[in-house]
Amino acid sequence: MKILVCISQVPDTTTKISFVDNDTRFNEDKVQYIVNPYDEWYALVRALELKETLGGNVTIITVGTSAVDAVIRKALAIGADDAVRIDMDPSDAFSVAKSIADYATGKGYDIILAGKETIDYNGSEVPGMIAALLNLPFIALGSKLDIEGNSAVVEVELDGGIEVIKTTLPAVISAAKGMAEARIPNMRGIMAARTKNIEVIPGTASALVGVKKFTLPNAKSAVKLIDPDNMDQLVELLHSEAKVI
Amino acid sequence: MSKDRFQGHDYYQIDDLLTDEQKLIRDTVRAWVKQEVTPIIEDYAQRAEFPKHLLKGLAEIGAFGPYIPVEYGGQGLDQITYGLIMQEIERGDSGIRSTASVQSSLVMYPIYKYGSEEQRRKYLPKLATGELMGCFGLTEPDSGSDPGSMITNIKDKGDHYLLNGAKMWISNAPFADIAVVWAKNDEGKIRGIIVERGMEGFTTPETHDKWSLRASATGELVFDNVRVPKENLLPNVEGLKGPLGCLNSARYGIAWGVIGAAMDCYDSALRYSKERVQFGKPLAGFQLQQKKLAEMITEITKAQLLCWRLGVLRNEDRATPGQISMAKRNNVNMAIEIAREARQIHGGMGITGEYPIMRHMMNLESVITYEGTHDIHLLITGMDITGENAFK
Ligand SMILES: Cc1cc2nc3c(=O)[nH]c(=O)nc-3n(C[C@H](O)[C@H](O)[C@H](O)COP(=O)(O)OP(=O)(O)OC[C@H]3O[C@@H](n4cnc5c(N)ncnc54)[C@H](O)[C@@H]3O)c2cc1C
Repeated sequence: MKILVCISQVPDTTTKISFVDNDTRFNEDKVQYIVNPYDEWYALVRALELKETLGGNVTIITVGTSAVDAVIRKALAIGADDAVRIDMDPSDAFSVAKSIADYATGKGYDIILAGKETIDYNGSEVPGMIAALLNLPFIALGSKLDIEGNSAVVEVELDGGIEVIKTTLPAVISAAKGMAEARIPNMRGIMAARTKNIEVIPGTASALVGVKKFTLPNAKSAVKLIDPDNMDQLVELLHSEAKVI
Repeated sequence: MSKDRFQGHDYYQIDDLLTDEQKLIRDTVRAWVKQEVTPIIEDYAQRAEFPKHLLKGLAEIGAFGPYIPVEYGGQGLDQITYGLIMQEIERGDSGIRSTASVQSSLVMYPIYKYGSEEQRRKYLPKLATGELMGCFGLTEPDSGSDPGSMITNIKDKGDHYLLNGAKMWISNAPFADIAVVWAKNDEGKIRGIIVERGMEGFTTPETHDKWSLRASATGELVFDNVRVPKENLLPNVEGLKGPLGCLNSARYGIAWGVIGAAMDCYDSALRYSKERVQFGKPLAGFQLQQKKLAEMITEITKAQLLCWRLGVLRNEDRATPGQISMAKRNNVNMAIEIAREARQIHGGMGITGEYPIMRHMMNLESVITYEGTHDIHLLITGMDITGENAFK
């Protein structure tokens, strides 16, 4: 089983968000980066589990400048065999997907896995685009992934139910919560990551879209507490102030 | 205990001084502590039991001998990484950190530094994986701050040594497989000797009813005519500089470790003060509470910088015992003060096991006493700067 796992770095969930350059760029000052949780906890760990039972190789791929090397090392410490870094600024989904698809072409990957979205821009675009560019089947939001012969069987959670989808390999699959359980690297893995190879290659596509402006959501307004005995006031406020009824 | 919402605190961007690998290891140990230590530690501390099931995980995250060379089973890591590991473990609990400190600095370090090649190969790899656990016997009932006054002794009996005496306050003693014991020989010189569980006449009764380090096992080492093979003597050191060399390494780790306990208390107090509303606004909005919180982060930041610099000096093998004493004394005191203030910010909640504060505060009473008391470290600094010995 030859597996390619797409990972990206995202700001730590506690980051205070602000913008610079006339609100066109995310302010990276003092930001701590982590591996996107959907990529790390689910896609990467499931890939490692498949490798452990079926044999094979897990390569991680990411688009970014050398600033992303720290998150690559973490993914290697968790257990990926080697890494590819496409050396360019990941400024839109297309340039990222196209560069990854170009790299993967002809390499014989059985599965390309990615997280269902990144927790910063939440675009959910890259894995679908990779599948389209490579002309491969795509299953989004898999919460369980098993291999049966030459097929992948994927469970996708629906509102109140589960859909089981089967496709022949190779395929592109995006991972949602439940596909695996997060692993903490151990010291042996961290030491082994020191000598694992990170291949650096240039990007092969440029961005098709660019950000014009970011705005922050309005600050949350104060909460009004209403006495449970005073239902009339609640109804009145929902009507006149909140304007929801 | 309520859910562990801890976040690290780095007011001066000291992370910029760390390598990617140092940060990866720190964050890994932090994640491990969140997953394995904080959910269970309050319960073990309340029941005064050491969570022995953590030993395997501690070994896997590199807590046992991280700076011991790879060929002896260690990780060959630098001193700052060792410090960061201690910090994160003590963020969970000083007792668990004590176990890791003892194993690394007081058992593996002397065997590595003063042991024969056979001793290194026999013990170090198994100590690194936790297959063997060790303890360190220096303190005696009548010999605490003044270890030179010890009476535990070894007599040369030709083909073996005969060991007699008793050690007390020994961390890990109740379950340790081996003990590095300091004893006087026929000439009254202090020597180190490795005693193994099972040797006839060697027992390790547990010390009960502690109000501090309740999740750490403490006990005595009692030697009643124990025959110890001659090859168990540590050949390469003689005199007090043997145990003191180990203590330097352990004290250095403690100086980092207590930053973890202090950060946990500060982190909890900061969050609590923002969430708890009295007199119509969050506690964090009152000047008196801000003074406490602002002073806490100031002291934590100073302690972090002190440790970072000391780590650089240790990596270059230039840190003096006086510098290590200063860091141990300053940082433990800083942590205990923060624990006490943080306890008050939590009001009544601060005395419960819902929050880690009271446990840290009580633990730190041991930490400020062991490995050289607060007073003793001041005397070391005093002697260093004046040239006058004020111990006697
Ligand atoms: C939980 C715990 C775990 C421990 N683990 C270990 C272990 O693993 N191995 C080990 O060998 N030991 C261990 N110890 C022992 C510890 O190192 C000693 O308690 C410590 O060195 C102090 O010795 P003491 O308790 O005999 O106090 P004492 O030396 O009797 O000191 C009592 C007080 O007198 C002060 N004092 C002493 N001498 C002077 C002086 N010259 N001038 C001014 N003031 C002075 C001290 O500062 C202190 O305040 C542990 C202790 C505890 C509490």
